[in-house]
Amino acid sequence: MASVEFLSGNEAVAQAVRLARPRVIAAYPITPQTTVVERLSEIVEAGELDAQFVHVESEHSALALLMGSAAMGARTFTATSSQGLLYMAECLYYASGGRWPLVMMNANRALALPWNIYGDQSDSLALISSGWIQAYAEDAQEALDMIIQAYAVAEDIEVRTPVLVNLDGFVLTHTYEAVSVPDQLEVDRFLPPPDLPEGYPGTFSMSKPQSLAITAGPGDYTVFKYQQHAAVMHSAAVIRSVGEKFHQHFGRGATGLIEGYRSEDAEFILITLGSVSGTVRQAIDELRRQGVAVGMLRLRYLRPFPTEELVEYLYSSTRTRHVQNIGVLEKDISFGHQGSVSLEVKSALYEYASRQGGAAVPVLNFVAGLGGQDISGEDVQNIFLELASSVNAANQSQQTLSAPGFSDVRFLGLEPFREENQHQDAA
Amino acid sequence: MKKISIKMLPDDEYFVGHKGCGGCGGSLILRWTLKALGERCHIVIPAGCMSAIGFIYPQMALGVNAMIAPFAATGAVLSGIAAVIRAKGLTDIPVVGFAGDGATADIGLQSLSGALDRREKIIYICYDNEAYMNTGIQRSSATPQGARTTTSPSGQTAFAGSKKDLLRIAAAHGIPYAATASVGHPADFLRKLDRARQIDGPSFLHVFAPCPTGWGCATDATTELGRSVVTTGLWPLLEWDHGKIRINQAPHSFAPLATYLAPQARFRGLEANQIEALAAERDRTWVALRAWERETTNSVLA
Repeated sequence: MASVEFLSGNEAVAQAVRLARPRVIAAYPITPQTTVVERLSEIVEAGELDAQFVHVESEHSALALLMGSAAMGARTFTATSSQGLLYMAECLYYASGGRWPLVMMNANRALALPWNIYGDQSDSLALISSGWIQAYAEDAQEALDMIIQAYAVAEDIEVRTPVLVNLDGFVLTHTYEAVSVPDQLEVDRFLPPPDLPEGYPGTFSMSKPQSLAITAGPGDYTVFKYQQHAAVMHSAAVIRSVGEKFHQHFGRGATGLIEGYRSEDAEFILITLGSVSGTVRQAIDELRRQGVAVGMLRLRYLRPFPTEELVEYLYSSTRTRHVQNIGVLEKDISFGHQGSVSLEVKSALYEYASRQGGAAVPVLNFVAGLGGQDISGEDVQNIFLELASSVNAANQSQQTLSAPGFSDVRFLGLEPFREENQHQDAA
Repeated sequence: MKKISIKMLPDDEYFVGHKGCGGCGGSLILRWTLKALGERCHIVIPAGCMSAIGFIYPQMALGVNAMIAPFAATGAVLSGIAAVIRAKGLTDIPVVGFAGDGATADIGLQSLSGALDRREKIIYICYDNEAYMNTGIQRSSATPQGARTTTSPSGQTAFAGSKKDLLRIAAAHGIPYAATASVGHPADFLRKLDRARQIDGPSFLHVFAPCPTGWGCATDATTELGRSVVTTGLWPLLEWDHGKIRINQAPHSFAPLATYLAPQARFRGLEANQIEALAAERDRTWVALRAWERETTNSVLA
């Protein structure tokens, strides 16, 4: 029987890891990830999990160590955040290229400088091209569910790709809620055994010794990268089927890479990810009461990027209203351009528009929550109102201040950034 | 466990078809290591010469389970393998790291330190060719004083620091066993490898490995340099065993430094006074070594 426990996001992750029965856990502390490995050390010391708990000397070593363990055919776990994730960046690419089915939790946190321990998504988004599947949890329950599913996805023989499960630092990692913790037997039925089978690619063999993590010259390298890309693309179907299987087993959880909220008839849609989605839902309910047709699409996975699902949500023939304007709300900025998620969304919409003909729906980028900046319900309502008003304004005039322009990024609490504004300031 | 000795080495080869240069000391030590430890050995080799010459798809030169580690992470990858061996209760699987001096003394020192500190059951072998050879002979912190490299072209810049003492660094972790060895003394090396294999915990072997390409010596000078470096006193053969340091060969007098330095282009251009300085440094090292030996032999804790 499942039990309902009052857990923080980090504790939910620790419980999920306990249930997944990894053989090896590599631990190195960084705020706000620490309580995950603290709980796991207690769980291992209490004999509730038979795992090797290894105190490593750096995040780089944490991930390198797990590659050695995975090569030995063992299920593994580690967790990190921010500077730690970037310190292990080399190993992220190494692990995905080696096709080891690692699962790692990341507490999304701002990057220095300036030093800041609070939440934003700059860390994981900086490594979006590292070949890892990237998942973003909204709440502690989903964090627990995503970790368990991550092992099934990563270890799928056609996928063999590591998974990074992201939780917003503090806002999700350190806030408590009621979480349904499944029974060990149920999880054992859901997941494959924790030892990879003999002959699993990327593992050693006593009967047929293997050379792993090899070198490939210019003639062969592209083939390896093509296969890696194909595996991550294919993982979208596996993520869905694992999600459906999870739903059958445990009776909960989204199954798609995107989850919509009141989006079918929404004219103004905010695309976002992570824990801020709860605030967005509340803002939507409030504006709906006032008669504004707003909705949300929550990106649960950024890699593989769910282009088809996104297009289906936005352009489906079953929609009752056309989408007028889209906002992308993210805790990240790719300096000199715009938010990374905004770029992803725009790329998908451009592909659709250029194939179908006609103009893509305008997308406004809202950068908020950097370094733990609070995003209130009122802030989100204002974002929706700006989405609504910028369409109206654009209809009236090509030259209004609020119409979206190139490189137009809104930073919460600041004037919209525009190059011409900067020139005026200089003059 | 069958004893390892040079006479008992099997005909089996586990490192063949690699692309090493003629006279490569490192590849010779790797070949002996795998012959001695056999087919159950799992070996981790970081970025460097041995990985560059042994793992080029689709021609794999290693006949045992082998893996390239990220440059900085030999100790960590070894620990990950050792952890699973513990978890599964496997026995008689030697877990061996085989890393160059750059991967050990520089970029991989943190990871090595972690593995030694955790008392992982691993054998870590540093084959020391005294520079970054794979990238084209750049100075490392194991480059000896006076040696020319492509980033110390006069040989003078190398005088800024002295070669890191890896044996003392390993011993300072309080590990059970550490030793130095040389490609010029294979029987001594194999005896030490045999001892390392029987240690329940980490062991560290620091092995002198000439690189004719990088040193500018003849390709058939490898073994001779591996002997003259010992007779000149520049590479003491040492053993740290459970808290005691033993000097394996303590010559009454040292052979002239020129017997070792002259065959190598990297030392060409050293002035007489610089060679005298090297000899003085060597003498100081030996005084300290003998003191260390007395100290640990008499220690009640040892």
